[in-house]
Amino acid sequence: MTTKTTDVLFDPVLKSNPIALQVLGICSALAVTTKLETALVMSVAVTVVVACSNAAISLIRNFIPTSIRIIVMMTVISSLVILVDQILKAFVPGAADQLSVFVGLIITNCIVMGRAEAFASKNGVIKSFADGIGNGLGYSLILMVVGFFRELLGSGQLFGFTVLPLTSDGGFYVRNGLMLTPPSAFFLIGLFIWLVRTFRTDQAAHDPTL
Amino acid sequence: MTYEEVGSMYFKSVFSENLALAFFLGMCTFLAISKSVKNAFMLGGAVIVVQTVTVPINNIIYRNFLQEGALEWTGQSWLMNTDLSFLALISYIGTIAAMVQILELFLDRYVPKLYNTLGIFLPLITVNCAILGGSLFMEQRDYTLVQSIHYGISGGLGWAVAICCLAGIREKLRYSDVPEGLRGLGITFITVGLMAMAFMAFQGIDL
Repeated sequence: MTTKTTDVLFDPVLKSNPIALQVLGICSALAVTTKLETALVMSVAVTVVVACSNAAISLIRNFIPTSIRIIVMMTVISSLVILVDQILKAFVPGAADQLSVFVGLIITNCIVMGRAEAFASKNGVIKSFADGIGNGLGYSLILMVVGFFRELLGSGQLFGFTVLPLTSDGGFYVRNGLMLTPPSAFFLIGLFIWLVRTFRTDQAAHDPTL
Repeated sequence: MTYEEVGSMYFKSVFSENLALAFFLGMCTFLAISKSVKNAFMLGGAVIVVQTVTVPINNIIYRNFLQEGALEWTGQSWLMNTDLSFLALISYIGTIAAMVQILELFLDRYVPKLYNTLGIFLPLITVNCAILGGSLFMEQRDYTLVQSIHYGISGGLGWAVAICCLAGIREKLRYSDVPEGLRGLGITFITVGLMAMAFMAFQGIDL
């Protein structure tokens, strides 16, 4: 392998973003982005889980029989998610309540499984850890962008601070209720993918049925 | 459960609280397998079956082993107050993986015809968030065993309905002229967004 560790770390953020270009892990990306705060907590949780599971699986990669590797990965990942879940419940109970089932669903987040299978089972510990952090950051980037628009346009706030004063409080901004509902997340990610693929035409799908 | 409760649960999980469109669960497979109605239909069927089996089983496990004070039936005083609910996640995913494996073996042995058509979709389902999500919602909403059976069936049904609708729309989309960068994934997201909006119209209806 001749790829540099720094490339491994930063490529997933823009060049091969897990959500926009590889279409992994969108489930939770959509559900937790009505507020920036929950999006941030979720980003940190996922980044930690991907990085640690990548490192752990890369450590034991030579000892796992290929036939049961999925079960082994699953066990490693779920143990990490349980840890994260317990820590979140202890230190940020409010955000943990709002995230509800979605913390548990990190287990089935395709990014975690996908990176473990595609990268960590073939590469060294340091590189795998960097790859995990990079993919976590790529995921966080989309989450934060979507969360930014949804909270700003939906309730005129950022991190709970009022940015655009609402008309109901004597301000000028009329709240856009659509932004707080599920469909807006699909629209925003769809538009984001459009943007990315317009500037990086090599990524555009040539087959319209894809 | 009375008939009204059952009916309202089915209506809720298929329309107003659809697992795919309101909670975004199982999106990865939802977007990847929805290119043709036939495959979508198969995957939907597999999800219904697995959901129907795993949600009640996880319910039994949660109520008899994991919940606080659930181990009372053992009669051991040191087990009376144990709270193993932090193990819920790992035991759910273990159950799901095991059930999918058993189902695969069972189908292969007794219904090989069904196995051949459904086979490739079954492993995909182990890592489908909709399945794990169903079990987690079951725990969070504190369903009884009967409720969880109905929730398993209806949740899977809702997901299947959504993926079949999307596949139908995408088959027609093949003939339309979509802007270059939006082709493929982009337009699929927008379509799902519009579908989610349509399903939102059912919100607030209570049977």
